[in-house]
Amino acid sequence: MAACSIEDVLAKAEKDEAERLKSITVQKELDLEFDTGNLLAFDKNRVDVRDFKSTSKEEFLRSLARDNTQLFINEVWKRPTERIEDVIVVKLPEATTPLPREKPPPKPKAPTKWEEFAKLKGIQKKKKTNLVWDEVHKEWKRRWGYQRAKDDTKEWLIEVPVNADPNEDQFAKRNNAKKERVAKNEFNRLKNIARAQKLPTPGGGLVPTAQQSKAELTQAINVAKASTASAGKFQESLPKEKAPRNTGKKRKFQPLIGDFTDERQKQLDILKVLGSKKPRIDMTKAVNKQMREDDRESASNARKGPGKKGRKGNMPGKGRGGFKGKGGFSGKEGFSGKGGFSGKGGFSGKGKGRGRGKPPKGQQQNPRSKPGKR
Amino acid sequence: MTYTDGIVKPKTKRAKRFLQGREPKLTENVKNAMIMKGGNTTDTVSQALKDIYALKKPNAVLYKKKNIMRPFEDSTSLEFFSKKSDCSLFLFGSHNKKRPNNLIFGRLFDYHVLDMIELGIEKFTSLKDIKMSKCPEGTKPMLVFAGEAFDFDNEHKRLKSVLIDFFRGPTVSSVRLAGLEHVLHFTALEGKIYMRSYKVLLKKSGCRTPRIELDEIGPSFDFVLRRTHLASDDLYKTAHRQPKALKPKKKKNISHDAFGTKFGRLHMQKQNLEKLQTRKMKGLRKRRGQHVATETAATETAATETAATEESTSPKKLRVDE
Repeated sequence: MAACSIEDVLAKAEKDEAERLKSITVQKELDLEFDTGNLLAFDKNRVDVRDFKSTSKEEFLRSLARDNTQLFINEVWKRPTERIEDVIVVKLPEATTPLPREKPPPKPKAPTKWEEFAKLKGIQKKKKTNLVWDEVHKEWKRRWGYQRAKDDTKEWLIEVPVNADPNEDQFAKRNNAKKERVAKNEFNRLKNIARAQKLPTPGGGLVPTAQQSKAELTQAINVAKASTASAGKFQESLPKEKAPRNTGKKRKFQPLIGDFTDERQKQLDILKVLGSKKPRIDMTKAVNKQMREDDRESASNARKGPGKKGRKGNMPGKGRGGFKGKGGFSGKEGFSGKGGFSGKGGFSGKGKGRGRGKPPKGQQQNPRSKPGKR
Repeated sequence: MTYTDGIVKPKTKRAKRFLQGREPKLTENVKNAMIMKGGNTTDTVSQALKDIYALKKPNAVLYKKKNIMRPFEDSTSLEFFSKKSDCSLFLFGSHNKKRPNNLIFGRLFDYHVLDMIELGIEKFTSLKDIKMSKCPEGTKPMLVFAGEAFDFDNEHKRLKSVLIDFFRGPTVSSVRLAGLEHVLHFTALEGKIYMRSYKVLLKKSGCRTPRIELDEIGPSFDFVLRRTHLASDDLYKTAHRQPKALKPKKKKNISHDAFGTKFGRLHMQKQNLEKLQTRKMKGLRKRRGQHVATETAATETAATETAATEESTSPKKLRVDE
């Protein structure tokens, strides 16, 4: 009797459960696809056209929408809920439907010249404290900026150095030096921006410096001489002045008649380059790259273990990586030097072939640095 | 200076913040839509544009004047407007003899047109024609697509993607259960696309999950598909590329098997068995004089022991109880 009643109760409970669920269950041939992260459902089932035509259109669409929404709501209600300030919220998973982005992903910021150098040498940033002790005022002051510690612009008296001109205004000198530093920094900042945007970097030819070298002075003179209305044609030269180097003919034309072997050879060279599958090797570039890599390696090694201090071998010299080669003046000279220098290096064959057209980027060599290195 | 030409530099902090808001980001802003009309429109088209603006509202700009352009022929002015208002979705409505009551849904990537799909309105019921209580502004709608055309046909597939992009609203991590009250239902049937908008009524069902009833609130459209301009596969792929930083980082030494059991790989240092403290006995006590002799004996025993425990020192998969 008792067992029978238990079975009865169970059967009844099951029936009740089914009855209750009946209102929220929907029968579909294929299951719906859900993307709960986007509140999205996709019903792949074939829509019966006959049903659509027999019943009222609006009614049919509404019942279809109701069924699909019911299934979607069932899916959402299965997810874990949470109570936040008297409101029940359901956590949504990550959206799975791939959608295109609005804009391309942000590009990493290009490193500045200093950052590149620091990475090459393995120099790491050191955090400095914001406050420093000021001996004069006997208090903690900011390291930089307004009311900073050891502020040398606020001094009312400056000792004139022994070897300095006594009539020189030391205050003005200090102010000027500061202005120069600020201007230089601004210039470098702009150069970094230009470099990051792959624009032609400004300057390079003549940048104001405290101490100009002989080469820089000569360059300045040459530029000044050519900066007349007639491009320096009527400029007189000093008695023992040497003709400026690297300023010969800019273009050299082949003869229109006569021997064509030269021209033929040139064209054949071009064809050979175009036809070959192998990439051309720029020796200077390759060597530079190798040296850089060595440097980087040694820097990372030095960081790992305590190495010896001081300058190491394979330091890239001043003239190698700088802006000089890319700048306005030297670039022009680079092309003009075709006749003069191509014979010296190992590139004479190629150099001739490239003479008139624009060489591909990266192939350009700085002829001024070449003879020095050989 | 010439070299600052390509750089837009803000003059004030406010302008800087404004520009920063428009920069490309890792996790992007919500896509904004610009809704505009062409040289000629009918009442139907203008009303349809207004209604869709009402659905999309916080993330949309409604252009109220005429903009004479033909997106399928020349998209430059569209791209200009996109840049101006920082919108990457657009809806363009127009009307002419050849294509009456025309809507163009489209999206842009990097201020260039990615997809455009032209839909003709066959039948339209406005939001205000149906006298019902509406959903509040900015409700995130549930989107339901029905019909096998959305699965098979290429253009329908793309249309589905465009519509999802257009109507989905902001991405959220959680949603209020009572706030799920708006459904947009798209049905592809016999070459037409029926778009219906319903308000959800949650009824008691006797169990936890409520029973759903729907009330139509409008706008409702019967669309036909007209011209399409789909992005090339290459561009489409580029637009979908996710930055590396967004991808979840892979955790090392953790794996799962087919049943979802978590395994961790542990790497142990070799144990120094010479210093192992065994049982203390009077006879084994070290004495000063016999130091050397005992040590050799100890190493010998240790060697045999290491051979035995070699197995345990190699990395092994351990089951982790969660």
